[in-house]
Amino acid sequence: MKAPPFAYAAPASIEGALALLAAHEDAKVLAGGQSLMPALNLRLAAPSVLVDINAIPELSEVSITPAGLRLGALVRHSRIGTNSAIAGAVPLLGLAYPHIAHGPVRTRGTIGGSLAHADPSAEWPAVCLASDAVMEVRGPGGGRDVPAEEFSLGIFTTAIEPGELLVAIRFPAWPASRRAGFAEVARRDGDFAMVGAAVTVDLGADGTCTDARIVLFGASSRPVRRREAEARLRGQVPGAALLREAASLAAQGIDPPSDLHASAEYRRRVAPVMVRRALADALSLPEARLAS
Amino acid sequence: MTPTESLSITLSVNGATVAREVPARLSLADFLREELRLTGTHLGCEHGVCGACTVLLDGEPVRACLMLAVQARGHSVTTVEGLTPAGGGLTPLQAAFQRHHAVQCGFCTPGMLMTATALLAGNPSPSAEQVRDALSGNICRCTGYVQIVEAVMDAAAGAEA
Repeated sequence: MKAPPFAYAAPASIEGALALLAAHEDAKVLAGGQSLMPALNLRLAAPSVLVDINAIPELSEVSITPAGLRLGALVRHSRIGTNSAIAGAVPLLGLAYPHIAHGPVRTRGTIGGSLAHADPSAEWPAVCLASDAVMEVRGPGGGRDVPAEEFSLGIFTTAIEPGELLVAIRFPAWPASRRAGFAEVARRDGDFAMVGAAVTVDLGADGTCTDARIVLFGASSRPVRRREAEARLRGQVPGAALLREAASLAAQGIDPPSDLHASAEYRRRVAPVMVRRALADALSLPEARLAS
Repeated sequence: MTPTESLSITLSVNGATVAREVPARLSLADFLREELRLTGTHLGCEHGVCGACTVLLDGEPVRACLMLAVQARGHSVTTVEGLTPAGGGLTPLQAAFQRHHAVQCGFCTPGMLMTATALLAGNPSPSAEQVRDALSGNICRCTGYVQIVEAVMDAAAGAEA
């Protein structure tokens, strides 16, 4: 099908975009278009105005400083995957990248668009949550920072208020002692995950886990930290048995959806496997990838 | 800035400058097919899944059904028609598709060619695995993938020789 009629503008500045969003209540922001355009073509969305932010140079800026990595909201998937400095700054981005869509979608799709769209099965929101990222949101009254944990609120729902624009994502500096792992299962390579896990583990000099983040995605209406599982790792020297235990804890109590891709029961069975594999890869313990 | 439902655009398509007044809602794919009569760009699913409409935007593969024509303003678009070398004939990749019978019904072929052209431009000697990965977003419902991968590998080997 074809997109419904709408009026279009491509402002050259963030202020210009905010003015348009303020003036048109049901305006939609067009970033990479890889989710919005299908929604328009399928007539799932019919905004009266599209505000195309692709002409705002500031939104494509990347900066790497001792404080961490800052990605403009319009930084495209392909740039994240092919710029080794970006994956060097936040290794979890590089681990998740091969799972994201296909070449021609990566060329256009943006990290900010993925975050603002908030598909519960998308990779970037899970990566941001596991990396303690902070979203920079700009509105008519100025800017505010939203931690990843408070950003995704549910299916296709975020903390972005009407009239606001996600302008950048900030990742804190990655400690040298931090390991990362990422695993997901999808129908085909590049499809959205049925279930996946993004993890980081901080190790002390003696191999003790000092901190951990375990994020499940595709298992509920938004990516979620599994704090009981994280606590199980803290203070321990991780081995295969401990990782299996933490993985089981991570999947306990989840209430995943059923849809045409997978049943809730399947997701419940696979979720701990994804956590186990992500942890095993993070800690280079290949034997922990196995069930027993 | 006032949003409008119709805009003037100028862009380059297959090396030629094109200027038109287009509705904002018009996709790049429909612009190519209906305004410019470049019907080699095929539309399968119109929501970015099948890959048949893949074209090159400034040399990079994109889904023409997931871009608005107005977004191509000032950019350079290459369609399957634009692959033809000056003076006619086939590119080495197109010739390899013919040699390997990498075409059954032909519907997916333009998208396959554009995606593979972009792959070979960036990686002249890919592994079979890399070819499969690059083409994984292009669906062939005749399921002729084996010959398609062989054709891309053959074209890459020929370019090296």
